[in-house]
Amino acid sequence: MTTDAHAITPRQSFWQGLRHGGPFVLIVGPFGVVFGVVATDAGLSLAQTMGFTIAVIAGAAQLTAVQLMTEHAPTVIVLVTALAVNLRMAMYSASLAPHIGAAPLWQRALIAYLMVDQAYATSILRYEQQPGLSLRAKVAYYFGVVSLICPVWYLGTLVGAMAGNQIPAGVPIGAAVPIAFIALIGPMLRTLAHVAAAMVSVVLALALSGLPYNLGLLVAALAAMATGALVETWQQRDAR
Amino acid sequence: MSVSASTIWLVIVVLAVGTFALRFSFLGMIGGRQIPGWALRLLRYTPVAVIPGLMAPQVARPLADTGLPDPALLSAVAVTLLVGVWRKNAIWAMLAGAATLAAVTLLT
Repeated sequence: MTTDAHAITPRQSFWQGLRHGGPFVLIVGPFGVVFGVVATDAGLSLAQTMGFTIAVIAGAAQLTAVQLMTEHAPTVIVLVTALAVNLRMAMYSASLAPHIGAAPLWQRALIAYLMVDQAYATSILRYEQQPGLSLRAKVAYYFGVVSLICPVWYLGTLVGAMAGNQIPAGVPIGAAVPIAFIALIGPMLRTLAHVAAAMVSVVLALALSGLPYNLGLLVAALAAMATGALVETWQQRDAR
Repeated sequence: MSVSASTIWLVIVVLAVGTFALRFSFLGMIGGRQIPGWALRLLRYTPVAVIPGLMAPQVARPLADTGLPDPALLSAVAVTLLVGVWRKNAIWAMLAGAATLAAVTLLT
């Protein structure tokens, strides 16, 4: 794509975003179904399940919250852990701000509400490849990307929540959660620092699983974040 | 779930507001102030720091009858991870894990 970025209209940009975001419905749809089934299975009503999906739109954090509530973790721990899963969103926000931070407030608010992993990753790649895009074209591109992903997420959850009750007891639905989560983690393990962080997280979470209030997970996560940052720093120093 | 409906709604509302605040944080600040490098370096590892630790105890939990982890779940998770690292694609990883789970569950 070497076309003159200044010449791309917001309308063209929107359709490009839609096309580039489209394939992600193959991940988001099934993930929505898994959340719908798991939440219904855990005893959430249809309204609560859809409330989660529409108000939060963050599958990993939603599954984390439902999982911890099923384990009777204290509410504060449920909230802190689920929000920790979403801390990466602040990083996305910081990374998008130089590109679309000058958009009107209502647009930035809508962009923030619709900020899912795939929307961020697709858009930031575009902005870096086409720095000449106008502000309006950048914003239109982002809305193009999310305009299939987010509705499919809602719809997937709805299908899962409605189908959840009809799944026979012998089907191992509980295993869908680790598989869905770990499928997201595998592709992220692209540097030594990421691998080291994941290993520290697993080892400490297992070693500390006896701690009350799921505190073991919080300790493991903080230690793993520090590990990732340290390994990255060491590698940069060695590379010099 | 024995958690009350009001608690579930409380979790939904606080999580929605908190998540929006995280997403809006830097976009909301006019001028797009830069986040410090050390903070970015920590934030970069949040998914790989939280999710594996969240899943590990669940995957390793001993079954009531054998006292050992569920072999079907263990093999499904291993295949999911390997395919995810190898193909760099979450969809293939998820499908491979589900197929492994189905195969091992049916065979045992």
